[in-house]
Amino acid sequence: MAEIAPNASFDPARPNPTGFDPEAAAATRRHFWSRFLVYAVLALFAMVYLVPLLVVIFNSLREQSEIARNGLISVPRSFRFDAWAQAWGSYCVSGTCEGMKRNFFNSLAMTIPATIISTILGAMNGYILSKWRFRGSELIFNLMLLGVFMPGQISLMPWAFLLGKLGLTNSTYGLVLIHVVQGISFTTLFCRNFYVSIPDDLIKAARIDGAGFWRIFRKIILPLSPPILIVTVIWQFTGIWNEYLFGVVFTSGQQQPITAALVALTAGGTTARAYDVMSAAVLIGALPPLLIYLFGGKYFVRGLTQGAIK
Amino acid sequence: MSTHDLIVPAAAATTRPWRERLGTMVPILVLAPSIAASFVYVFVFTLWTLYISLSNSSLLPTYGFVGLDNYASLWANRRWNIAYTNLFLFSGFYIVGSMAVGLLLAIAIDQRVRGEAVWRTIFLYPLAVSFIVTGTVWSWLYNPVDGIQAFVRGLGWTDFSFALTANRNTANYAVIITGIWQSSGFAMALFLAGLRSVDPDLVKAAQIDGASVFRTYRRVILPTIAPIFLAVAVIQIQFAIKTFDLVAALTRGGPGVSTTFPAIYVYDLMFQRGQIGEGAAAAMMMLAAVAVVLVPYSLWIVWRRRAEGRNG
Repeated sequence: MAEIAPNASFDPARPNPTGFDPEAAAATRRHFWSRFLVYAVLALFAMVYLVPLLVVIFNSLREQSEIARNGLISVPRSFRFDAWAQAWGSYCVSGTCEGMKRNFFNSLAMTIPATIISTILGAMNGYILSKWRFRGSELIFNLMLLGVFMPGQISLMPWAFLLGKLGLTNSTYGLVLIHVVQGISFTTLFCRNFYVSIPDDLIKAARIDGAGFWRIFRKIILPLSPPILIVTVIWQFTGIWNEYLFGVVFTSGQQQPITAALVALTAGGTTARAYDVMSAAVLIGALPPLLIYLFGGKYFVRGLTQGAIK
Repeated sequence: MSTHDLIVPAAAATTRPWRERLGTMVPILVLAPSIAASFVYVFVFTLWTLYISLSNSSLLPTYGFVGLDNYASLWANRRWNIAYTNLFLFSGFYIVGSMAVGLLLAIAIDQRVRGEAVWRTIFLYPLAVSFIVTGTVWSWLYNPVDGIQAFVRGLGWTDFSFALTANRNTANYAVIITGIWQSSGFAMALFLAGLRSVDPDLVKAAQIDGASVFRTYRRVILPTIAPIFLAVAVIQIQFAIKTFDLVAALTRGGPGVSTTFPAIYVYDLMFQRGQIGEGAAAAMMMLAAVAVVLVPYSLWIVWRRRAEGRNG
């Protein structure tokens, strides 16, 4: 790799010589400017990342008349929560005036069960595929992995047919089913990669002690699992909450999850755009994953890196 | 475990075959529903869609075989060609752009900055919100009457022009910029994890040799995290191919058909125009695009694992 001179006399442990040294002063100056540059880059990008969020937060609290007068990007001169109340409970989208609350609860009713079921299945699958391998188990793992890469568009027609047969068209249960089946591949991948690092000897010892499949899972695997389960839950929750394609294809009107409802809300563009209400609606739709991210951000990043690098 | 003693074999000798068989069965039984679901999802659904793409389905799936007719009429369609071209344009700029921004931010954060967690949180939060939210908000910012253009003009620069989404020639760049905004934090997180995994001795050695910071990154650090570049690129390409929500919320494919993407077009064919057969053909082309990226990548991964296994 790096060419290290074998006879280098430099000793990194030796403290720097003290006293004035023009070279050292120049180095300090260079150091200052390079620090400045680093922080300038970070600050610039932080602004680009934060401005859209601030704009939406401000506009959800400004009066519509003020937005119309001063544009979207402006220091707020009015402050009120009306837009939030309207967006939540009374704003009219295509005839019904119930705001986003129904869609919000639809999204919860879809996301929570789908997250729990797919995580449990993923944990069991991961446990089996790492600790109870059998002939062909690697093949099965790779097969499940393919599901991660499938474009959702491939499955649209088959799902439409299946949901129709099962009587789950235009229902939250249908979306739960879709997200569980689709999610198994992700959760299995995450959990399996995590459980692989648990020493097999631990399992072997337990088996010699007479512990069976479930007992080992309960007593050994599960207590070690919280880190990966948190990652999986966060990943699944945000992913399912944010999903749009299946929501817009398989549900309509009052059954729509919040992503589909948001698009319907912001698309009605004939009248003057009610930016205040739309901003509040957008924030309502973004809030659950944002909160989860703020409280579990550390795990979120871990999930990303684990899923991607392995 | 401590309740069981180590004398099980003698005591359980008679029941052993039965218990053993059950023991080997339990994992497979537990796994079975997932295997079945995945098998149906991956293979049956794909073959099903493939079959529909070869049939004369219009409003409803029917099974009259028409060979490659749907593919022919798909590729003869100007809008599909625009969609496929857009996909390449978007993928290229989006991947290079978000990797460049992500790498820059990762390197900046890696300089032992204060408040690292705060910076990271700021750059990553867009990833937590949906493309729908991002696309909606940015469509407002791009709106020449209310958004960035109006803001800058209000500051006094009265002939400032920033109306990407209003012009068919520039609307794609609006999609690209928004995509980069949303996902450069993702690239940053992966690069940062990579930078942190570089052997510190290696970096120290380069510095002792008198290499500048720039040179150290270019010659020592970045080459060791090369696999991460590839991983990021592969994941981003997948995003790019599947992305439906971003365009749906940001430009809805317009102005005109200028920001049509394959994902949008599949949806239109299947659910707006009742051309299921051709829509299925378009979906198969999307799968083909994913496969073109993923098959070589997975082969490379397998090859690398084998090579690592050989070298110990």
